[in-house]
Amino acid sequence: MRAIWQSFLDFFTSLKLTVWLLVLSMVLVFLATIDQRELGVFGIQQKWFYTFIVVHFIKGFPMPVFLGGYTIGALLFVNLTAAFICRFKLTWKKSGIWLTHAGLILLLIGGFLSGLMQEDYQMRIREGETKNYSESFHLYELAILDTTPAGHDNVTAIPDSILSRARASAPLDLGDVAGLPFRVTVRAYYQNAVLVRPGSDPRFASLPTATAGIGQRALAVPVAPTWRQNESNWPAVYVEISDPKNSARPPETWLLSSQLGEPQTFDYDGRRWRMELRPARRYTDFSLTLLKVTHDLYAGSNIPKNYASLVLLRAPGDPDGREVRIHMNAPLRHGGLAFYQYQMRAEAGESVLQVVSNPGWLIPYIACTLMTLGLLLQFTISLCNFARRTKP
Amino acid sequence: MKLSKVIVPLAALIAAILWLAASLRPEKNATTFDVAGFARLHVKADGRSKPLDTVARATLLRFQGRQAVRNADGRKLEPAEWLLDATFRPEAAARYRVFEITHPELLALAHLRAADGDGGKRFSFAQLQNSIDAIHEKARQADARPSAGRDGFDRAVLALYGNLAAYRNLEYSLAPPAGAPAHDTFHMMAQFGTLLAIPSDAPGGEWRKPGEAFLADAAAQNKTGNPAALAYAGLAYTWRAQDAASFNEIIRLFHADLAKRFPAEMRKASIETAFNRADLFYHSSILFVIVFLCAAVSWLRWPDALRWTALHLMTLAWLVTTAGILTRMCLGGYPPVTNLYSSALGVAWFAVTLCLVLEILFRNAIGSMAGGIIGFCALLIAHYLSLSGDTLEMMQAVLDNNFWLATHVVTITFGYGAMFLAGILGVIYIVLHAFTGALTRETSATITRMVYGIVCFAMLFSFAGTVLGGIWADQSWGRFWGWDPKENGALIIVIWCAVLLHARWGGLVRERGIMAMAVFGNVVTAWSWFGTNLLEVGLHSYGFTSSGAIALAAFVASQLIVIGLALLPPKNV
Repeated sequence: MRAIWQSFLDFFTSLKLTVWLLVLSMVLVFLATIDQRELGVFGIQQKWFYTFIVVHFIKGFPMPVFLGGYTIGALLFVNLTAAFICRFKLTWKKSGIWLTHAGLILLLIGGFLSGLMQEDYQMRIREGETKNYSESFHLYELAILDTTPAGHDNVTAIPDSILSRARASAPLDLGDVAGLPFRVTVRAYYQNAVLVRPGSDPRFASLPTATAGIGQRALAVPVAPTWRQNESNWPAVYVEISDPKNSARPPETWLLSSQLGEPQTFDYDGRRWRMELRPARRYTDFSLTLLKVTHDLYAGSNIPKNYASLVLLRAPGDPDGREVRIHMNAPLRHGGLAFYQYQMRAEAGESVLQVVSNPGWLIPYIACTLMTLGLLLQFTISLCNFARRTKP
Repeated sequence: MKLSKVIVPLAALIAAILWLAASLRPEKNATTFDVAGFARLHVKADGRSKPLDTVARATLLRFQGRQAVRNADGRKLEPAEWLLDATFRPEAAARYRVFEITHPELLALAHLRAADGDGGKRFSFAQLQNSIDAIHEKARQADARPSAGRDGFDRAVLALYGNLAAYRNLEYSLAPPAGAPAHDTFHMMAQFGTLLAIPSDAPGGEWRKPGEAFLADAAAQNKTGNPAALAYAGLAYTWRAQDAASFNEIIRLFHADLAKRFPAEMRKASIETAFNRADLFYHSSILFVIVFLCAAVSWLRWPDALRWTALHLMTLAWLVTTAGILTRMCLGGYPPVTNLYSSALGVAWFAVTLCLVLEILFRNAIGSMAGGIIGFCALLIAHYLSLSGDTLEMMQAVLDNNFWLATHVVTITFGYGAMFLAGILGVIYIVLHAFTGALTRETSATITRMVYGIVCFAMLFSFAGTVLGGIWADQSWGRFWGWDPKENGALIIVIWCAVLLHARWGGLVRERGIMAMAVFGNVVTAWSWFGTNLLEVGLHSYGFTSSGAIALAAFVASQLIVIGLALLPPKNV
């Protein structure tokens, strides 16, 4: 038993394993980089890094082709930690190596945490407009709004992670959603879909159809999701609104899609309701008003010199607010979020800010400082030894 | 002893310095016209102030990949002389063969045969004139395709059409074309001119195109006119009339006026013109070839004399490269590395710096040999990268940050330099091992120590550079790491260094294995440096062409062959 344990330990602390894992991680990064041509930077992260096994579709068939980033990362982490505990000795001569690897362990933890916790949003805002929310790049939500009260809406939002559980064969009954007087059933959810005329192609005859609203004149056909740089997904959802207590009212199926342009509205129990499928929102307790965008070019050229958005930041305790200039390399950090200048259409007076929430942002700084110090220390010690040896 | 260690190297050094000094002499005008004075006039273009000399050279490089140009009689012209003809006497310049066309389909489109061209590939505007509509149509079609879907012909026709348009615009850039200066011409000049040649009235103000100045004068009914715009019109008139005395007088008066109002810019323009003429990087690349030859021959004959000569000349070439980089920094006002071109200069500089240290420490000509190879190759790459135009361009908004340019970009470039040096040492080792009997146990151990030390440097710089890049990205885009191709390239270098070092510490590879791995480091570094730019995705992708892809593939293949050679049994030890 002891021998087995020993050989187990030897395997996981061995340098040979380290070398092979490093080679594998190099190949992983290389292949993922090549794949960016097809999938774009977001797609390859999901396919190659934030996964245990890389699945590649060869002629439509899913084939496991490589170990994913999580697997290699976890093995490296185990290998490193095991070696760190069992083999590393904290002596002056090896202090640099110790420090470097301690930093690397922290970096791997930090990378994993930020993979889990970092959230990216965008805020698309025009001059004069005020917003207190930002929108997800990739995630959507089904929003059902009670617009009856004057001055505000009561919003119920259902994220796409729940919507995507619906299958055409097995509609997803959301049951009694809190605050809604009717029953909501998701008949189908497509991550990416195109709209066609109903009845235009017999192949689509089995797909769900809408019985109310503008969706009666369109049919959503699912297509493969894309993550390419200049393409986006256009999700669509079929939602059935019904009332089991009121058999006089037949169930109605609505089509919602970000391609339809405007939200769908209906009346129920004397109240006015609105439904839309929109990018998932994150609300904040403060608001930004875009005062002015500037986009300068260098004289006599098309090279952008600067992009900047002048915003008014109004926080709860500060109704007058303060002016902040967000520009390249100078983000606004407030309330756990950082706002970066992302894109701009200066001629339309529109600016897009990237909004990032990453509670673990400090970890890579600490880890990298440790590692750089460690490398410097180790190589300085080696260099001193070398200089001592070569001296005649 | 004294002869070989002191006199021969010193004589070689003095000869090299004299040769360099000759290139720094001020230019003598080949004709009676003060073309040099015209070359030093400064304008604003691409966001910076530069002499017309740079405009002429960058335009010629872009058109034909070289600065040399001959007139219809076969006389060699100064670049500025060509610019004078192109702007003021387009009917004469139209016969100079300055447009490089190599793509066979493009030649067919223009109804040209390679034999009609200068050197089989350079053609005149007159030769292309009748096909311009066809070229325009094909360029329009190519432009409509997404850049990833364009083939070699598409890129060639787009480049040619762009060059022809830039050439035609020159005619409207400085003075009204020949004939009566009508109001229409001013509008054309204001629209098509590309050079902001008319100085602002007050320092720090906006510069204008000559056409805009003429239009403003006409609108204000200003009878005297703008002096600078009139000066260029006068230069055009006298150049067309070939009246040297008046031409030179206008140049003299114009210079006197500008020197009074813009002393700093004029001084910079003079320095830049001299810098262009001196062509420091060309001279140092020649010196690097000589360094390599001396170091290589020193193993066969006259070891002391040639080894010291190589070291002296490498030091000189390093100083010349340093001077060139410092001049560029002073002209551009940016840290040393700002684009691919200057990263090649940075790679040359840092690798040769390490080579000097190696040679001084080990004194076995291996450092000089590696320095000669890497210095020459990196400067050659820089030369090819300079063909895309002005290399002192302004920085895009997100990159315009001297602190990060000075830290992240420079550190990464040093990492590349160290990686390539380790790789070149590996190549030297493997070639010695496979083809000569010169690899004694001692030499072999020495090279291994060198490679180990250099890889440690490479690891340190690549890692620190990558981290600094991460911090920059976190500051400007909100993420420390985004799996962008260039970031991944840098990460792969760091991992490869770690693989090499761990394999050595674990005893998994011995000397030859370390060398083969160091050579593979060349492949990894070349991929990170250029390969990621070929993907045309991501935030770091900037300027690179398909001929670059072929060169990269050839380089990778050559390195794999060298790695294969490492498997051969030693010649004899």
